[in-house]
Amino acid sequence: MVLPKFRLEKTGAPFWFRTLTPVITLLITFILTSGLILWGKANPFQAYYYFLIDPLSNRVSFLEVLVKSTPLILTGIAVTVAFVSGYYNIGAEGQLYAGALAAAWLGTRLEAVPMPLAMLIMLAGGFLAGVLWALVPALLRVYFRVDEVVTTLLTNSIILFIVSAILNGPWRDPLSGWPQSPEIAESARLPQLVPRSRLHFGFVIAVLTVFIVWFVLTRTSFGLKLRAVGLGKEGARFAGIPVERTMLAAALISGGIAGIAGYVEVAGIQYHLISALSPGYGYTGIIIATMGGLNALAVGASALFFGLVDTGAQTVSRALGVPVYLGEVTQATMLLVILGMFLLQQYRIRRVR
Amino acid sequence: MIAAMFIATLAAATLRVATPILLAAIGETFAERAGVLNLGIEGTMFLGAFAGFYVADLSGSLWIGLAAAIAIGTVLGLLMAFLSVTLGVNQHVAGLGITLLAGGLALFAFRLNYGGSSTPPSIEPFERLSPLADVPLLGTILNQYALTYVTFLVIVPLAWWLLYRTSFGLKIRAVGENPEAADAAGINVFRIRYAALAIAGALMGAGGAFLSLAQLGAFTHGIISGRGWVAIALVIFGNWNPLKVLLGSLIFGGTFALQLRLQAMGLQLPIPYETFLALPYVVTIIALVIAGRQASYPAALLKPYRRE
Repeated sequence: MVLPKFRLEKTGAPFWFRTLTPVITLLITFILTSGLILWGKANPFQAYYYFLIDPLSNRVSFLEVLVKSTPLILTGIAVTVAFVSGYYNIGAEGQLYAGALAAAWLGTRLEAVPMPLAMLIMLAGGFLAGVLWALVPALLRVYFRVDEVVTTLLTNSIILFIVSAILNGPWRDPLSGWPQSPEIAESARLPQLVPRSRLHFGFVIAVLTVFIVWFVLTRTSFGLKLRAVGLGKEGARFAGIPVERTMLAAALISGGIAGIAGYVEVAGIQYHLISALSPGYGYTGIIIATMGGLNALAVGASALFFGLVDTGAQTVSRALGVPVYLGEVTQATMLLVILGMFLLQQYRIRRVR
Repeated sequence: MIAAMFIATLAAATLRVATPILLAAIGETFAERAGVLNLGIEGTMFLGAFAGFYVADLSGSLWIGLAAAIAIGTVLGLLMAFLSVTLGVNQHVAGLGITLLAGGLALFAFRLNYGGSSTPPSIEPFERLSPLADVPLLGTILNQYALTYVTFLVIVPLAWWLLYRTSFGLKIRAVGENPEAADAAGINVFRIRYAALAIAGALMGAGGAFLSLAQLGAFTHGIISGRGWVAIALVIFGNWNPLKVLLGSLIFGGTFALQLRLQAMGLQLPIPYETFLALPYVVTIIALVIAGRQASYPAALLKPYRRE
C-alpha cells in the first residue's frame, strides 16, 4: 500500500479553517451519515430537519432535549475531571450505576425526611457511592500501576452483575415480579422544573456542576495541579506537586460526579432502579468530554448537543421510520470527524514533492 | 463416571466459550504489540457478529457470512489505523468511537432489516465436528465447531510463530517497542502498524461471527456483552504472548462454563448465579495486580509515531 504523499506541518491552521470547524464537521458528518438515511428510505435533508431543527421548534421536545442531556452533562464532566489529570477513567458507566444503587436504597428510607434535606442526603449518597466504586481501580493505578483503562472497563461489567443480582433477588418487586427496585419516597424525588414535563431539578444540579468544575479547573491551585499532572507526571513531580494524591483525587471526584448522574436518573426520571437505567451514558460521556476539548463549559455545551441528537433521533424515527440508532451512528461519526479536525487545526497539509 | 462426564462436558463448554474471546484477544495482541491499544474491539466483534449473520442470511452460506465478518473487521481495523497511526489521535477515544460507531451501525441495520420483533430471527448455525464420537469422554470434548479447532490448532500457533519466528513479527514488535529505532533500521512503521491493525480487526470480526454463526445461530443486542473488554484484559494477563493468552482464555472460559453447567443443573446455590458471571472479571483484576509489576507493556503503546 502506498501512503499518500502529504505532509503535516505543525504551524496552526489558517484562521478561516479554525472558525469554520463546527460547520465543516457537521457537513462531513451529514455527508457520511446520509448514506444510512437513504438506506432507511428517507430524504437526508428532511431527516436532518427532524434530527436537529424540529426538536428545538416546540416546547415539549425542547424540554426533552434538556432532560436527555442531564445525565450526559454529568458523565461528560466526570470524565473531564479524570482525563484532565491524565487518569483515563472509562468507568463512568459503572460509577453511574453505583450512584443509582445508593439513590434507590436511600430513597426508600427517607419518607420522614423533608425534601431539601432528603435531596442533600441523596446527592451525598450518590456521590459517595460513585467515589467508592472508583476507589479500587484508582488505588490500583496510583499505587500498583495497574492500567486503569482495563480495570474500569472490568468494574463496569461487574457492577451490572451486582445490579442484576440485587434486582432479581432482594429487590425484586413482590407484586409484579419485575426486576426493579421499590419506588423511592416522594420526598426523595427531584422536583419538576416545568409542570407537565419530565424536566427535573437534576438539570440544575448538572449545570451547577459544570460551573463549579470549570471554576475549580481554571481558577484554583488544585485545578492547576490537576492540569500539571495531566501534562506530564515528571514535570509535575519536579514542580513539587504530589502526583499520586492529585491523580487519586481526580479519579475519585470523577467517580463521584458520575455517581450523581446515576442519582439524578433514579430520583428525577425513573423513581426506581432498573438494569437498563443507562444506555451507555458513561461511555458517551467520554466522547462528550473529548468533543468539548476537556474544557468544562464546552463539555456542557457538547452534552446539550448530544441531548439534541438523542431527541432528534427519536423524532426522525417517528416521522420517517429511520431506525433510532441513527443517533448513535451520528454521534460516533461526529466524534471521529472532530478528532481529525482537532488535528488539522494544529497543522497545515503540505504536498510533498 | 458421572464426575468424569461432568468434567468432559465442562471441558467441551470451556473450549466453546473461550473461542470467540481468544480470537479477539489474539487480534488485540497484534495491535498492542505494534503499539496500538484498540478499544474498538467490542464494537468490531459486535458488527462482525451482525455482518456475519446478515450476510449468511442473505446469501444462504455461513462461510460467505464469516468472510463478510472478517472483511468488515478488517475495514474497522484499517479505520483504527487511519485514526491512530496516520492522524495520531488519542487511542482510547478513537477506539471507543469505533466501538460506538460499529455498535450503532449494527443496531441500525438490524432494526432496518429485521424490525423490532421480540423473537430474534435465526439461521441454521454451523454444525459441530465430531471426531472420535464413539470414544467416551474424549468424544464429548472433541465435539466442537470447526472454527474452534482452527482457533486453537492453527491461529494461536500461527500467531506465535508469526510474532516470534518471522521477520514480519520482529518488525511488529520493533515498531511497538521503539518506533524511532525501527524507522532508522529501515522499517516502515506506518505500514507495519496498518498491517497489524488489519489482522487484529479481521480476528475480532471472526470472533464476533463465531457467536452469531456457530454458537447461537442468531443475532441479539447482548451477543457480545463485554467479551471484547475481557479479551483486552486477557492480553495483559497473557503478557502479549499468544500462548499465555490462550491459557488465560481457558481460565476465563472455565469459570464461565462452570457457571453455565451449575445453572443448567438447576442447583439451588446459596449465592446468586451472577457471582459466577462476575468472578472471571474479579479474577482478571487480581491477576492484573499480581502480574502488574512484571507486565512488560510494549514500550510505545499509546504513542503515535511522527517522523520529525
